[in-house]
Amino acid sequence: MSRPRDGVRHRIGALLVVACASLAAATALATGPFPGIGRPATEREIAAWDIDVRPDFLGLPKGAGTVEQGQEIWEAKCASCHGTFGESNQVFTPLIGGTTAADIETGRVANLRRVDYPQRTTMMKAPYVATLFDYIRRAMPWNEPKSLSDDEVYAVLAFMLNLAEIVPDDFELSDANMATVQARMPNRDGVTTAHAMWPGGGLPGSSSAPDVGGTACMSDCAGEVAIASVLPDYARPAHGNLAAQHRRIGPVRGIVTGDDDPDAIDDPSPPALKRARDAGCMACHGIANKVVGPSYADVARRYRGAADAVDQLVGRIRNGAEGVWGNLAMPAQEDVSDADAREIVAWILAGAPER
Amino acid sequence: MGGKAKTDPVVPGRVRAAPENFLSADDIAAVSSGRRDVLRRGFAAALGLGGAVAASTIPAQARADDPDIVDLPPWSTSLGLPVAATPYGMPSRYERNLVRRQSPGLTQVGAASVAFTPLQGSFGIITPSGLHFERHHQGWMDIDPKRHRFMINGSLPGMVARPMVFTIDDLMRLPSVSRMHFLECGANTGMEWGNVAVPTVQYTHGMVSCSEFTGVELRLLLDICGADLSRGTFVLAEGADGSSMTRTIPMDLVRSGEVLVAYGQNGEMLRPENGYPLRLVVPGVQGVSWVKWLRRIELGDRPWGAKDESIHYVDLMPDGQHRQYTSIQEVKSVITTPSGGQALVGQGFHAISGLAWSGRGAVRRVDVSVDGGRNWREATLQQPVLPKCLTRFVLPWSWTGERAILQARATDETGHVQPTYRQLRAVRGTRSIYHNNAIQSWLVDPSGEVSNVQTA
Repeated sequence: MSRPRDGVRHRIGALLVVACASLAAATALATGPFPGIGRPATEREIAAWDIDVRPDFLGLPKGAGTVEQGQEIWEAKCASCHGTFGESNQVFTPLIGGTTAADIETGRVANLRRVDYPQRTTMMKAPYVATLFDYIRRAMPWNEPKSLSDDEVYAVLAFMLNLAEIVPDDFELSDANMATVQARMPNRDGVTTAHAMWPGGGLPGSSSAPDVGGTACMSDCAGEVAIASVLPDYARPAHGNLAAQHRRIGPVRGIVTGDDDPDAIDDPSPPALKRARDAGCMACHGIANKVVGPSYADVARRYRGAADAVDQLVGRIRNGAEGVWGNLAMPAQEDVSDADAREIVAWILAGAPER
Repeated sequence: MGGKAKTDPVVPGRVRAAPENFLSADDIAAVSSGRRDVLRRGFAAALGLGGAVAASTIPAQARADDPDIVDLPPWSTSLGLPVAATPYGMPSRYERNLVRRQSPGLTQVGAASVAFTPLQGSFGIITPSGLHFERHHQGWMDIDPKRHRFMINGSLPGMVARPMVFTIDDLMRLPSVSRMHFLECGANTGMEWGNVAVPTVQYTHGMVSCSEFTGVELRLLLDICGADLSRGTFVLAEGADGSSMTRTIPMDLVRSGEVLVAYGQNGEMLRPENGYPLRLVVPGVQGVSWVKWLRRIELGDRPWGAKDESIHYVDLMPDGQHRQYTSIQEVKSVITTPSGGQALVGQGFHAISGLAWSGRGAVRRVDVSVDGGRNWREATLQQPVLPKCLTRFVLPWSWTGERAILQARATDETGHVQPTYRQLRAVRGTRSIYHNNAIQSWLVDPSGEVSNVQTA
């Protein structure tokens, strides 16, 4: 070991200063009100999880994908649930449809005003293209979420936007042109925060006064009471037998609307366990615990693998035994037939399963 | 299956309610004068027909000995099961009817569906953890808690001075609080916006449950990380499951200490279906914001417009606009007994009982009507009455076979009164899907059958 030269010593000193600075940061954690709780997150850890993209595109990754690339991915990974054209095969809610060129101009989907319009597609509702990107990236494909690369997400989204006639067939969607697409989203002006159901500030138009309230009237309140809607007869059995969805005791019963037996009780016990109970075996033997005699688990452990285990044990059940498990004698169970005894023994040796 | 309530089969020893007017005035006179044979004939007829008159009209002498008393049952004459026979206790097998159920046709895929809590059999205010309603967007996972991590970071540099990672060990070492709160899906009662659609309270209102949650106040964790709440005015919560669901959380509830990073539910760890090992608790706010399998909190300066706050969980108004970030579950109540799909076992005394709640605070009062909302009586609120928690109300009622329409109407501590369907639809139309807190009506038919109805 040679003595460090001055210059080296100086450098070591500088390193020590740096080390002390980071130690100080760590010490701040260690000596705050909750020392030893938590640790700093690394850059890579934050990058791995912080994948959200805001409507103003904060968090949008660089990348690009074309409609054509998107179609290929769509047919391989998306169409089985969402349909070739986003119509969703009646499984999920349709993604595409219900928007028009006029909507792209106005930023409001006209069909949302129609009470007779049958369904709201995703593209009718979506105000932000960024949200579609964020959601596809974090949650799709449904059974393999987060498996698409960023470029693939751009491509799939480009294909969807093309299906909705928001972008042309030869379009390449990228982080650079997302904002121009946003300006063509059919329902971009279709959302409002003017309501009193957000418990906090910061949203335009939000209020603290509820928009709907009841009336605290106590007598002679409504006029003549008329019934406007009832469950149609055809819908009565749609939820199965309501009698089997209610308690069998108490002030009410469920009405009978199907065949399930409301009083059916599942006894999942195997037949041998029922026989053991009926024969009174369980007064002295537990399945896993010693009661008076040994537990069935202990019996199984001692006899499992023995060649004549079944005959030995059937004999002990029917003829009684003494001194095998201590001083207490097992009385002869003459009422248990040979067949029943064999079934019980087989079950005990199988580990005495309760179900 | 348009049939009336099928009465129970004759059960030995159960004194059956007899059909109405099965004793004529003459019969009663005869009984009064000592001719009991009349009564015995009548009783036999009643057994054959089923129906309903107060059993107390039958003198004690006419009753047979109850075989469930005189013939000792097996549970009185044999040895019971040992301790720990069921190491995690389960309900009696006679209670198997009360389970979470799906509403057929509501969804096509079980991993993106709802299972409703059986409110028709509930007592008090706490939902057993195994009956807490389920709503998943991409299936549920049973996460290894040793491998679960919780991160706090900021949207922009410096917003959180020390972005940090916590293990479940870390979180369980911190000071905890335990609070009882309801958790209601924003779409609860959503199927009933336009008309009656489902038969029982399990399906009309079963996306509300109530538990005691245990966890750490989020503001404490933000503080440990050096969060700058003057710059960070919104919080994003994110799940660790496949959907990695995100929701923007209102900062006011974080600042007040109400928002919890919770691991406990009803004295044990959260159930996997309810977010094991970590979920956000956002009292008074719709369930979708109570992000399950919580992995991350991000502090930011704008709301995130996530999928579940711009495409779903938006309330469609009559003018075609969607209301975004509608979060508070407003004042609401429902009678659970008697309720739709039930039949009263007989005339006479019944306690009308139900649940009330408000996302704005405690329930102040509940009024009950048995005539479709013309006249109301104030119900008794059972203790405890806690803010943003289910409250049980009861009102004694003697039913004498008349047609009745039962309603409950809650008022919360801010004075907000639960609206009628007419009042709600006048403002919000019928297509909102979310946040239906209208007064529920149950029609009691003279037969004793109760059904779901809406009044004009």
